[in-house]
Amino acid sequence: MSVKNETPLIQVQNLGKQFGDMKVLEGINVDIYKGDVVFVVGPSGSGKSTFLRCLNRLEESTAGHIYFEGTDITDPKVDIDKHRQKMGMVFQQFNLFPHMDILKNMTLAPMKLQKKSQQEAEKEAMALLERVGLADRAHAYPSQLSGGQKQRIAIVRALAMKPDVMLFDEPTSALDPEMVGEVLNVMGELAREHMTMVVVTHEMGFAREVATRVMFMDGGNFVEEAPPEEFFGNPKNERLKAFLSKVL
Amino acid sequence: MSQAIYVNFIKDNRWKYITDGLKVTLEVTLFAVLIGIIIGFLIAVVRSTHDKTGKLKILNFLCKTYLTIIRGTPVLVQLMIIYFVIFGSVNISKVVVAVISFGINSGAYVAEIFRSGIMSIDQGQFEAGRSLGFNYVQTMWYIIMPQAFKNVLPALGNEFISLLKETSVGSYIALQDLTKGGDIIRSRTYDAFTPLIAVALIYLALVLLFSWLIQILERRLRQSER
Repeated sequence: MSVKNETPLIQVQNLGKQFGDMKVLEGINVDIYKGDVVFVVGPSGSGKSTFLRCLNRLEESTAGHIYFEGTDITDPKVDIDKHRQKMGMVFQQFNLFPHMDILKNMTLAPMKLQKKSQQEAEKEAMALLERVGLADRAHAYPSQLSGGQKQRIAIVRALAMKPDVMLFDEPTSALDPEMVGEVLNVMGELAREHMTMVVVTHEMGFAREVATRVMFMDGGNFVEEAPPEEFFGNPKNERLKAFLSKVL
Repeated sequence: MSQAIYVNFIKDNRWKYITDGLKVTLEVTLFAVLIGIIIGFLIAVVRSTHDKTGKLKILNFLCKTYLTIIRGTPVLVQLMIIYFVIFGSVNISKVVVAVISFGINSGAYVAEIFRSGIMSIDQGQFEAGRSLGFNYVQTMWYIIMPQAFKNVLPALGNEFISLLKETSVGSYIALQDLTKGGDIIRSRTYDAFTPLIAVALIYLALVLLFSWLIQILERRLRQSER
């Protein structure tokens, strides 16, 4: 775990989310430090994705506060678009823009939001594509790519904004099994480069391998949190034990 | 046969009724469609923004009222109200009145076409745009609209084509369009068959031509996804 005396990159205080009468999240407190690779696991319907989506306000929380780089981003007066530029997000369904080629997918936001020149944005995009081995697909359209390729593009599209944290919402759940590996490789490499990451996933083996912290969510709150060896090797919470016995 | 053609089209330069009328028909259709697209676009933005965010309540109410009235009454009645009631005491070109009437009418249909196009785009596209840091308007403009437009192009084409035919009711305010042109010839030559069939054939040719153009445009747009 990171050094305790620095300020957290993301500080979640007493976060709650309610859909009508149904409480999905309640009283969540988490500090995420720079360089943390936080894995969120738990049964479906436990609120993992909702928690993640609250972090960049794709889902509006109904209680509590989220501080990102010192700013309370749950404040309605805050310019959330500015902060979202620093929080990359990767979705289960990739969500590439089908009407643009890969390069355009990656350069649109840097050019329009960070006012980069086309040349600069394309150079950076190509370097990222190089890294994930897809430079030769720069002018392909999303429909021409496999699921694994799409998700790798989605990751580097988010990275092109040079975010301070990356949020992953079940990034491999929509993939054919043989394509999961290539996406996990890219994520693993990011983790080793100390990118701050929050990952919602069902890939327990991968969590054990690259996480710095694993958190178990059940019934709208985190009930156990530990480094991966301890989390998987010596779980304490009964519900976590039951969950692990089912998924491992 | 050749006698009929001579009397109806050649004699006294009667073909001019047809060509001048055709010009007016195309003029009215084109400008009405432009107005319709502008009105339709604005209304669709208001309506889908309301659907997505719950904002713009009052504007949305006004738009809905407009849609209900325009789609709930015949276009001919709307045309006559605009010509005889609203512009009744003003000396104004019939072409302008027709453009305004058909434009306002078409706007209501185009609005629903655009709105269904916007709503048909997967919510994930919207979220991807917002998560990159685009604001609502930028996300709409760069990501949602281009895809929505592509999806609704066939429907927009159909709207253009049905408007082209619909403008023939302009004769009711004595708009000198293609239909009226044929009708004037009929009243001069007492031959109904030749001029009316000619007019019908011209409409048919136009519809086929525009359908073909729309198909080409559609194919061109879709190529970018292959």
